[in-house]
Amino acid sequence: MGSITLEHVNKSFGTHAVIPDISLDIKDGEFIVFVGPSGCGKSTLLRLIAGLEDTTSGVIKLDGKDMTDAAPAHRQLSMVFQSYALYPHMTVYGNIAFPLKMANQPKDVIDKKVKDAARVLNLTDYLERKPRNLSGGQRQRVAIGRAIVRQPKAFLFDEPLSNLDAALRVNMRLEITELHQQLKTTMIYVTHDQVEAMTMADKIVVLNAGRVEQFGSPLELYRSPANRFVAGFIGSPKMNFVDGAEAAKYNAHSIGVRPEHFTISRTSMPGSWKGTIGVAEQLGSDTFLHVHVDSFGLMTIRTQGEQEFHHGETVYLVPDATRIYRFDKDAQSLK
Amino acid sequence: MARTPTTTVKIGWTIAAWFIAFLIVFPILWTIITSFKPEAEAIASPMMWPHWTLDNYFEVQSRSDYFRHFLNSVIISVGSTFLALLIAIPAAWSMAFAPTPKTKDILMWMLSTKMMPAVGVLVPMYLIFKTLGLLDNVWGLTVVLMLINLPIVIWMLYTYFKEIPIDILEAARMDGALLWKELVYVLVPMAVPGIASTLLLNIILAWNEAFWTLNLTAAKAAPLTAFIASYSSPEGLFWAKLSAASTLAIAPILLLGWFSQKQLVRGLTFGAVK
Repeated sequence: MGSITLEHVNKSFGTHAVIPDISLDIKDGEFIVFVGPSGCGKSTLLRLIAGLEDTTSGVIKLDGKDMTDAAPAHRQLSMVFQSYALYPHMTVYGNIAFPLKMANQPKDVIDKKVKDAARVLNLTDYLERKPRNLSGGQRQRVAIGRAIVRQPKAFLFDEPLSNLDAALRVNMRLEITELHQQLKTTMIYVTHDQVEAMTMADKIVVLNAGRVEQFGSPLELYRSPANRFVAGFIGSPKMNFVDGAEAAKYNAHSIGVRPEHFTISRTSMPGSWKGTIGVAEQLGSDTFLHVHVDSFGLMTIRTQGEQEFHHGETVYLVPDATRIYRFDKDAQSLK
Repeated sequence: MARTPTTTVKIGWTIAAWFIAFLIVFPILWTIITSFKPEAEAIASPMMWPHWTLDNYFEVQSRSDYFRHFLNSVIISVGSTFLALLIAIPAAWSMAFAPTPKTKDILMWMLSTKMMPAVGVLVPMYLIFKTLGLLDNVWGLTVVLMLINLPIVIWMLYTYFKEIPIDILEAARMDGALLWKELVYVLVPMAVPGIASTLLLNIILAWNEAFWTLNLTAAKAAPLTAFIASYSSPEGLFWAKLSAASTLAIAPILLLGWFSQKQLVRGLTFGAVK
């Protein structure tokens, strides 16, 4: 079991409230991603759950039991750090065995569990090495091995992939997702990368300035963002926003259109926005066009496949009328 | 780019370095040579090459039992160092990893106690020792030396601990380690080089400490510093015997320093260069 409940959790450093008031209900076995820009409080929130920071007020429950003031060692949670935080003076074996040793498990049980974890994570050949003799990906795997070996109530990941190169990051992303499917243990994963959030999560918590902007499944957030912040944060490339008279046509203070929800042509169409191509980024599978639209400014358009557009060309954009997001003057979504 | 020095410049600097090193070592060298001279020769011609003799050493041992003083020095310096580490490791841990806004002030205050002249607290200390019956007692002296060196030990360990990423200690907490296990299994093994150089430096400081050892001991608990001082007696100075006593007193610590100079240099310059 591994359900986690936060009730009106507040964290302040001095007079500065990093997390003013958060309540969340995380069910057993869910893969939850905390996502948000730098300094939004996502890591602090994770550390509060871990017990590495004390709450200023509010209650944190694990499996319904109040653990707000429990020491990290007593919470039965495992954490994978951004810096891996391996014990440099111990071998890979020693690192993975450490949580079991702390739990006073017998030697033969430790040995079996460490070897099982090493097999799952392809670390069998490296058990006698010290962390400094491993590559970044291997170190990350050791950190994960150390976390899984104890069978915790939940795993906490604090931006675990940000020190890896792009290719390795994709692999590790898949490995962690697969691990979740195998173990079915609650996982909370902190990232600022919305692609990681979208691809891994059962549910995403979008945080901004210590507040939960929205809590829902990746596609819920993509399809019906609660406000302009979530709309802008979820989706890559970012949503395009238009204010003023054009928005007023839709009875809104501002409107948003995702880059993939445009039709682009070289000839004028009714209701189209005229613009000039600034940069065309060819990715092969997609082409991202950065278009200077008259009176709206720069917009990003995503088109499928290889498209022959060039700098300075005049184009016409038609937003998909069914996929236009409307926001009021407080930046909240209009239904 | 820096200019590569020419051979002449290199030779010049090397000679200068050797000359300065010789000046620094000269008193020790002279002491050692004098200790092998007959007493008359030591007074009559201090600069002369000696007619080698070991008489001074035999006489020093038979007159004042070198080994008893040596043992006292070992108990006082090693004992005070281990006691200091026992207090300083948890203290430095809390200052490095759980600091409060006042931590820096406390560190400065501790260091300021080292700047106070020791003689200022001699009378109260003497009276406290007398009342507690600790005069001329190795254990009393061990506690005093522990206390006077504690600020430096805490400072040194604090500087080392600051270099250890807190993530690793937090990982240990998440892995189920309570405080003492975090210290024993993670912090101390990671800080071994720092703890070792602190230990060495503190042993040397305690070994050389003369003010308190001379004032709070008489015969029973007297360490080697008191042993040397006893050769400056009202009957006159015995240069050769005094030199033999000094050589015997500094030899152990000189050897310790020689074999651990790498650790010591690292300890003293730690944090100066990232």
